[in-house]
Amino acid sequence: MFRFLVRRTLGALVILLIISAVTFWLFYAIPRDPAMMSCGKNCTPDMLKQVRHNLDIDHPVPVQYWYWLKGIFVGRSYGDFGNCSAPCLGYSFANREPVLGTILDRLPLTLSLAFGSAVVFLVFGIGSGMIAAVRQGKWQDKVASSASLVASSLQIYFIGYVAMYFLVAKLGILNNPSYTPLTQNPFEWASGLLLPWLVLALIWTANYTRMTRSQLVETLSEDYVRTARAKGMSSRSVFFRFAWRGAMGPIVTIFGIDLATLIGGAIITESVFSLQGVGRLAVQSVNQSDLPMVLGVTLLSAGAIVVFNIVVDAVYAVIDPRIRLA
Amino acid sequence: MSNTNPLLDVSGLTKHFPIKGGFPIKRTVGAVQAVDGLDFQVAEGESLGLVGESGCGKSTTGRLITRLLEPTGGKISYRGQDITHANRRQLAPIRSEIQMIFQDPYASLNPRQTVGKIIAGPMEINDINPPGGREARVRELLEIVGLNPEHFNRFPHEFSGGQRQRIGVARALALQPKLIVADEPVSALDVSIQAQVVNLLQKVQRELGIAFVFIAHDLAIVRHFSQRVAVMYLGKIVEIADREDLYDNPRHPYTRALLSAVPEATVEAEPRERIRLVGDVPSPINPPSGCRFRTRCWKATEKCATEAPPLVQADGNKPGHLTACHYPEVQETVPAPRLAKDPEAAA
Amino acid sequence: MTSTDQQPFLSVKDLKVHFSTEDGIVKAVDGLSFDIAKGQTLGIVGESGSGKSVTNLTILGLHDPARTQIDGEILLDGKELLTASERELEKLRGNKMSMIFQDALASLSPYHTIGTQISEVYRKHTGASKKESRERAIEMLKRVGIPQPDVRVDDYPHQFSGGMRQRAMIAMALVCDPELLIADEPTTALDVTVQAQIMDLLKDLQQEFGTAIIFITHDLGVIADIADDVLVMYGGRCVERGTKKQVLSSPEHPYTVGLLNSMPSLDGPVDVPLSPIPGSPPSLLNPPTGCRFHPRCAFAEKVPGGKCSSDQPTLEVVEGRGSACHLELSRRADLFADYAATSHN
Repeated sequence: MFRFLVRRTLGALVILLIISAVTFWLFYAIPRDPAMMSCGKNCTPDMLKQVRHNLDIDHPVPVQYWYWLKGIFVGRSYGDFGNCSAPCLGYSFANREPVLGTILDRLPLTLSLAFGSAVVFLVFGIGSGMIAAVRQGKWQDKVASSASLVASSLQIYFIGYVAMYFLVAKLGILNNPSYTPLTQNPFEWASGLLLPWLVLALIWTANYTRMTRSQLVETLSEDYVRTARAKGMSSRSVFFRFAWRGAMGPIVTIFGIDLATLIGGAIITESVFSLQGVGRLAVQSVNQSDLPMVLGVTLLSAGAIVVFNIVVDAVYAVIDPRIRLA
Repeated sequence: MSNTNPLLDVSGLTKHFPIKGGFPIKRTVGAVQAVDGLDFQVAEGESLGLVGESGCGKSTTGRLITRLLEPTGGKISYRGQDITHANRRQLAPIRSEIQMIFQDPYASLNPRQTVGKIIAGPMEINDINPPGGREARVRELLEIVGLNPEHFNRFPHEFSGGQRQRIGVARALALQPKLIVADEPVSALDVSIQAQVVNLLQKVQRELGIAFVFIAHDLAIVRHFSQRVAVMYLGKIVEIADREDLYDNPRHPYTRALLSAVPEATVEAEPRERIRLVGDVPSPINPPSGCRFRTRCWKATEKCATEAPPLVQADGNKPGHLTACHYPEVQETVPAPRLAKDPEAAA
Repeated sequence: MTSTDQQPFLSVKDLKVHFSTEDGIVKAVDGLSFDIAKGQTLGIVGESGSGKSVTNLTILGLHDPARTQIDGEILLDGKELLTASERELEKLRGNKMSMIFQDALASLSPYHTIGTQISEVYRKHTGASKKESRERAIEMLKRVGIPQPDVRVDDYPHQFSGGMRQRAMIAMALVCDPELLIADEPTTALDVTVQAQIMDLLKDLQQEFGTAIIFITHDLGVIADIADDVLVMYGGRCVERGTKKQVLSSPEHPYTVGLLNSMPSLDGPVDVPLSPIPGSPPSLLNPPTGCRFHPRCAFAEKVPGGKCSSDQPTLEVVEGRGSACHLELSRRADLFADYAATSHN
């Protein structure tokens, strides 16, 4: 396990390095000058030069990348603008706020959104998938299958507004989406996020229902499940200890990737419910040619995916003893 | 075995599959010694049987001969031409002369192609246009393997297992091969169907003069089909002989144990000699030193652990009957049921 | 050695197992009867689709009730199994009757240790403690010849060799001392030397525990080694039954004759072709009319009036011996001998 973690962490660092370099290169491949954007309309060449200097982008691209990279480990000085201690992701071109601070500000909301909806879609998705698998071909199965088909064809920007209109504005059952930190008031935290959770989870639930059902249908017909029945195990034990155990692996794998994607930002959901999370930050920074912010958000979402991949592989090895970590 | 140039000449053939591992950087840390120094020849029109238990390397050998795998060492000559490391282009003309028949008649036929297309496949790939056209040739081949020639437009799923294996045979025959490597061609079939396919292969071998390397674990079927038989254990040939010599006078203890373990469908008054081997075949990653069979052999001594016995004509063997054993069996002694020693206890 | 003089322990009467599929009704088993006494081994021979495996899954109640229709009677020690509730069956399975399967790797759970899989059966049926059950598992592993059982008990199935997995499977099936063991092709996937070990082991254990064994196989050689009585199945029906000696030495049904003739032996002639049975096993969706074997039978035209294709022959069993064939019994031996001498198609 230790060897596995060391090897995979080293691999992850290499991947993040490559991703950041590619992002850097791609950013400058687009004919768009961030200095131009912050210099404004009446920009003279001298002013532009000054802005470039202030933004610390008056170097060749590889040198800039090197400064950025060095900043993460040893911090970075911006002359009279100030010092940024390690780990330093630089300052936003757009509003001169530190990148790391901005992301850390936005992250709790995104994490709340991701984990909250994950709980909802796991419980409902796996639950209904299990019922569908046990009642294969019966009405429960048919209801679950058609409902998940409908739900997975819905779009958040549609169902989100519809839900807002009916549940919040018309009926007033749910609160208008808002974010209160969990540490401040857990109740308000939950009630403010309930609607986004449900809407986001609705679509994912459908995926998990179908996935759980198909995995279980497969494992229920495995020989070792038949053996478990042949030796007199109760139906419950056959289902949970044998069939579900076998179905879990693939579901955990997909879940890991899905969760990582959500942490990278549920862009549409955040927009629909006007929540200031990482997803909206990403969109903003791209629109504003805000290189440090783009890099910061990219690093976060790539990092989430890489880390969850390692976690998933480790969990898989715990679930399935045939997998050896190396 | 003829004294003239054999069709296929294999010497010192070796295949080691590398095992990756190590920390922090992965590297080759060992090898699965699947096949380790095989010597044998196949004459034109001859059938050589390769028998042995799972993991003995017989299937790997088949894949090496057909060059689906690249040998690690040794030499394979086909009609005097060295094909051990021949590349795709050099192999192309030979590929049509060496064909393969596989075990699984379900998995080895493309379900989306008609039987006609499957059988004509090798002709298309090699751009061969037989006189009268490919379709006529396909019909002819279907006839040879005992299927209705009018069925060339059907799909594999419309045929039974035995019929599918016939289609596999027809495909192998399409290019008029000189050598067919058949890897367990009947073991997936029902008993009553096995004989049909064995008879078909035998007819093909005799009437078309095709040489066979017949890989199987069923000793009775190999005896029926192959004039010469090689017994393999853990990547090595332990005994090779004409079938009468091998089955009537096995000299290697393993051959003897293997033969005695075959259950026969007769209710005899006196039971046959039974030798029960104890334990399992050791791992080919770390095979025993010296003779590889020694850990399960009841005759093993110090010498067997230090010296690998060469494959030679043992005292009393007929020419061409080679045995790799320091203490070959003698026919007359029929000891009481014997048990080999327990490898776990010995280790 | 026939089982008629003893009280049958398991009795199957006119069993019919039909599956409904999209293409129609599959008559997997169509009127099968047999008995087996304690300590006896019944060999069931048949090819794919003969209904031999379905029969035994039905005895354990492991069929899918939603799409299976079952008729007949299965009495285990006088108790009717077909009408028993799932709870009652759970108590019997693994306890009074158990089963071992062909593919031990697929049939053992990859997620649990060998020890867990054996001890949970014991716990379930005896209510023993975890510790006792574990000890029992080690004892069973030792009994079936697993070296270092106290260490290997914590291994997972993939860490065992093929032969050892089948041994572990046997240990699991016998941990509660069942009175009936159903072995469904337990040695088919194994090498011959390992097969011989496993069959010796089963014979030893049967002597020790007095278990009745149903041994399903397609291999007449294995039958010759292990069975007392033999039942030959074809197309979901029993075509012949008798003692091992009767069936193998003087077969009465053309199908049995065909099977015996089609197998090469270790000392038979080698330069003559084998005598296969022509054609393929029947489709159970649309089985042939009359005798299900008649389209492949070499003797069907020897029966006057096309009876073989119109009437289903009945199986009449006298003292455990019988066959279902229209051919006059007195003529069969001669006809079979002539056939063996002449035909090599």
